[in-house]
Amino acid sequence: MKIEKNAIPALKNIPHWFDIVSDKNGNSFTGLRAYRQSAFEDFNRLGFPNKKMEKWRHTDLSASLSFDYSLATQDFNMQDVLSDVFECDVHDLESFVVNLYKGRFVFKENNLFTLPKGVIVGSISAAFDQYPELIEKHFGKYGKTDKNAFHALNSALFLDGLFVYVPKNVIVEKPLQLINAVGASDDVFVQNRNLIVLEEGSQLTLIHCDDSYNYKRSFTNSLTEVFIGDNASLDHYRLQNINNNSTLISSLVVEQERNAQLSTNSIILNGGLIRNETYTKLNGEGANASILGVYLADKNQHIDNQVFVDHAVPNCTSNEQFKGILDDYARAVFNGHILVRKDAQKTLAYQNNANIILTDKAVINTKPFLEIYADDVKCSHGATVGQLDENALFYIRQRGISEDNARMLLMYAFAADVTQEIKIDSLRDRIEDMVKKRLRGELSICDQCVLQCSSPEKYNFEIDMSKI
Amino acid sequence: MLLQVKNLHVSINGKEILKGVNLEVNKGEVHAIMGPNGTGKSTLAAVIAGKNGYEITQGEILYNGKNLLDMPPEVRAQEGIFLGFQYPVEIPGVSMTNFMRTALNEIRKYHGQEPMSAKDFLARMTEKKDLVELTSKLTNRSVNEGFSGGEKKKNEIFQMAMLDPQLSILDETDSGLDIDALRIVAHGVNKLKTKENATVVITHYQRLLDYIVPDFVHVLFEGKVVLSGGKELALELEEKGYDWIKKETENHSK
Ligand SMILES: Nc1ncnc2c1ncn2[C@@H]1O[C@H](COP(=O)(O)OP(=O)(O)O)[C@@H](O)[C@H]1O
Ligand SMILES: [Mg+2]
Repeated sequence: MKIEKNAIPALKNIPHWFDIVSDKNGNSFTGLRAYRQSAFEDFNRLGFPNKKMEKWRHTDLSASLSFDYSLATQDFNMQDVLSDVFECDVHDLESFVVNLYKGRFVFKENNLFTLPKGVIVGSISAAFDQYPELIEKHFGKYGKTDKNAFHALNSALFLDGLFVYVPKNVIVEKPLQLINAVGASDDVFVQNRNLIVLEEGSQLTLIHCDDSYNYKRSFTNSLTEVFIGDNASLDHYRLQNINNNSTLISSLVVEQERNAQLSTNSIILNGGLIRNETYTKLNGEGANASILGVYLADKNQHIDNQVFVDHAVPNCTSNEQFKGILDDYARAVFNGHILVRKDAQKTLAYQNNANIILTDKAVINTKPFLEIYADDVKCSHGATVGQLDENALFYIRQRGISEDNARMLLMYAFAADVTQEIKIDSLRDRIEDMVKKRLRGELSICDQCVLQCSSPEKYNFEIDMSKI
Repeated sequence: MLLQVKNLHVSINGKEILKGVNLEVNKGEVHAIMGPNGTGKSTLAAVIAGKNGYEITQGEILYNGKNLLDMPPEVRAQEGIFLGFQYPVEIPGVSMTNFMRTALNEIRKYHGQEPMSAKDFLARMTEKKDLVELTSKLTNRSVNEGFSGGEKKKNEIFQMAMLDPQLSILDETDSGLDIDALRIVAHGVNKLKTKENATVVITHYQRLLDYIVPDFVHVLFEGKVVLSGGKELALELEEKGYDWIKKETENHSK
């Protein structure tokens, strides 16, 4: 059954927005207008997902879609945005920082620049003009516009996003940080579109932050397409700390060639409704995907992680590990789908979802799902839901540690399984610090643009092990 | 008097486990509590330390004259009570260092002291782990994670040394230890003994008492202290076996 379109306020303006967007953008890149048109038709056919759909059974968007959002099409004064939104630029991580404001690229001088060794970083809408041949080859090739309503909507309406191109054998030493800050004078609707292309043998670290800078309601639908060529490697992070009035749908769609390495780690600290979808196709032998996540939710927050790993060829490995801590009335969903195709012999696939539920009102729906057509494979999955270990709590308290701190230590330790996999030291410190703050209920949405503001608080315990 | 257990009755899920235990421990003393499996030795230790899940149906426990049963476990620890667990708990992800530093500083805070400096703390770690011959490899790990049985027991004594308690209750710290480890553990305990503190060792075998010489030995049997005496009681018990206790108590009740 299709829901009446008129019943969804968020749908009201979409045709109008489509007209505006397709007039404004894509005149220079010939394929774009047709692409948008077909995506728009796909979206009209698919509609917004509803709870009757298998993949949306436990995530109800109706509240998020019950607002009359506005699309951020207006141009804005860059200098205002730079000083208001991104005022803090004390880096404790040496990195390139790329800012998106309401889904638009914020730049000081140039919106698309070439770094040494031919690395291209900047606005995807500028890349349509300047690098049509790279766009042609990869853009729209990985997203699932015909099946996924949010991919279709994004393709029809996106205004801007990040484009990164790393040439063959180039190693980008400094992490690239994409900061998407939402929040505006009115309920903003953001369609952010990113394309990351790693040629053979190249390496990149990308940190994708979604932040709010106030308590205004917003709806972000982000789609990131990634191509990882032979022997290339992407170290990817999603850091999400948005306000409780905001909705974020964040899709990562990856194609991995021979021996390509993907490591992606989602750190979900706060948000009204967050749904992360991660798709990777292991399309060349020897490819490896490591897909990790940690989510901390309380109040009425809703966190949904959907992972789909497509083992298309033999000798690939994948590892999924998601850990969550739910307090109050929070709800979480985990849906991990591993597909091992007929030819994908010698596949190694591991999947685990572990949860700690702190109240009897919090709910987790976890569904690991293996779909295996090859016979010589090793796959395992597991899911656990539990409380904090009472014996461990007593042991800790018996040493003189208060109950609150004992709980903190245990929760922190639980999350640390995932956070300790963060490869960049300063990022790991920062994230672990934010996790601690979050667990103590002291994280604010002002702890935004994760690596930009202030240096991490020094923990009152934690010591340099090397000196012992 | 440091510890005074008076007519303590404890039930678990309605089943009476301790049936009127009396015990008095003064500063400077070493007590041994012996008795066969399942007689309530660990229950007594857990109730003194403040573990949940026990119904105290009668009696009281005083510690330095204060009512212990009103205090949460961390306050008892901060007041100076240490329990060496029969089965130390593995806590993945919590490093030994963090654990000890947090514990030590919370105890200091309770007594109105400043947190220990990192330098002093590290020095203390080094000194105390040497005492029980614990390697840095272990203290750098998560609490008890991947420790062997013997290492876990040494780690209990290491923590005792770090926290410097006034009353240590060591629950079967000797079980599962080879003779070398037993010597090390006993040496640690003896080193930590002062006129100001007291130790209660709970053990099944007389063996440990060759190394940690008790001032008093108590035999706990079916939820009651049925015999108390000097260190020679342990030897007698070793010789005659727990069946002797059984007969003795049966005779008494006749
Ligand atoms: N958590 C528990 N639930 C139910 N029975 C228990 C529990 N803990 C101990 N018991 C019972 O209490 C009695 C005493 O146990 P315990 O104190 O461990 O004895 P000991 O340490 O002397 O071997 C035993 O019968 C044991 O089965
Ligand atoms: Mg016992």
